[in-house]
Amino acid sequence: MSAPDSPLFLFARHMGDNGLILGHRLSEWCGHGPVLEQDITMTNIALDLIGQARLYYQLAAEMHPSDLTEDDIAYLRPERAYSNVLLVEQPNGDFAHTVLRQFLFDAWHLPFLHRLCDSPESGLGEIAAKAVKEVSYHYRWSREWVIRLGDGTEESHRRMTQALDDLWIYREELLLPSDWEQTLIRSEIIPDPDVLRPEWQHAIHATLSEAGLPIPQTPVIQQGGKNGIHTEHLGHLLAELQYMQRAYPGQVW
Amino acid sequence: MTATRSRDEILQILSRVCDPEIPVLTVLDLGIIRDVSVENDSSVIVTITPTYSGCPAMRLIETEIRAVLVEAGIPDPVIRTILHPAWTTDWMTPAGREKLERFGIAPPQPRDQHPPCPRCHSRNTRELSAFGSTACKALWQCQDCKEPFDYFKCH
Ligand SMILES: [Zn+2]
Repeated sequence: MSAPDSPLFLFARHMGDNGLILGHRLSEWCGHGPVLEQDITMTNIALDLIGQARLYYQLAAEMHPSDLTEDDIAYLRPERAYSNVLLVEQPNGDFAHTVLRQFLFDAWHLPFLHRLCDSPESGLGEIAAKAVKEVSYHYRWSREWVIRLGDGTEESHRRMTQALDDLWIYREELLLPSDWEQTLIRSEIIPDPDVLRPEWQHAIHATLSEAGLPIPQTPVIQQGGKNGIHTEHLGHLLAELQYMQRAYPGQVW
Repeated sequence: MTATRSRDEILQILSRVCDPEIPVLTVLDLGIIRDVSVENDSSVIVTITPTYSGCPAMRLIETEIRAVLVEAGIPDPVIRTILHPAWTTDWMTPAGREKLERFGIAPPQPRDQHPPCPRCHSRNTRELSAFGSTACKALWQCQDCKEPFDYFKCH
């Protein structure tokens, strides 16, 4: 019988899962963007996130006692073994949904990485220092588009309001620590969400107000992704993401 | 029996490896070669760092570095990848910047400065998109000659 996975392993894998799943979603826009520049932007962000996911998976694989590889982690787990937040697996919907999903993620990701750079766990700190430069471009893009669409035409405003109604319940999960995160927060290896919260809340509220969008008042919070309890969308996404390795095990380019 | 190569000789050999996506730049121009060391037993260790986390060219660059070293008679070079310190465009050489501009790509500028148009050198330029045809580039347009151009963005 093998020992349970360490909190550090679970956290590295979770960060990788967030990047891989959101990166996969964004890559679904490839060739379908509303204009060429935005098509290229979404695939560039996808590439950054999948690149970051690889670094986290490599770190997780290195610290695992078995001979696990980054590819095993990415391609050979069932849905319940993925620990990404529910937000990132939500379908692309229209451009407004994609932009808002990205913004809610980036508004957490950027300040989180800024603090993770100082982690005493150097493997994590080094990935964060690399990723934070890329994510600052993501945040700039998603924030600008939330404002442009919220403060745009009647139709773009209506679509953004709908996206907010649909996605708002998923934002809180980013700041609700799992058991393994709590262990790492106590030993100051990852940032404390309570310290992050004011900055995160301010960034979201300031942007929505600039966009002329109402802050939803619903108290509902959806969570479970960090513990492997997903929405119905993840299984369909994985069926596509894992297809090659499932159909042709061990296949290489 | 293999002759020991000096560090300078190794760097000379590495200057033959170019970025597959921007073929005017060598890996040295880009600043991704972080260290070259020749050990007592003549073995060679090259330390590289990626530009962007998801840069698809890194694997190819690594393969090409290995190939030129093997071709130059270094049997089994070790190529190490490090993440820290994170790559920055500050490490691009002045020669690299010049080559970029001649190639039609505006080189990285100090923060908040508009890149000059590589064709007419006007500074009257605007950003069309912070993301371009590769991870390291943004798409800009010259407001004077109206040509769009690639900008190797600050990082
Ligand atoms: Zn011009």
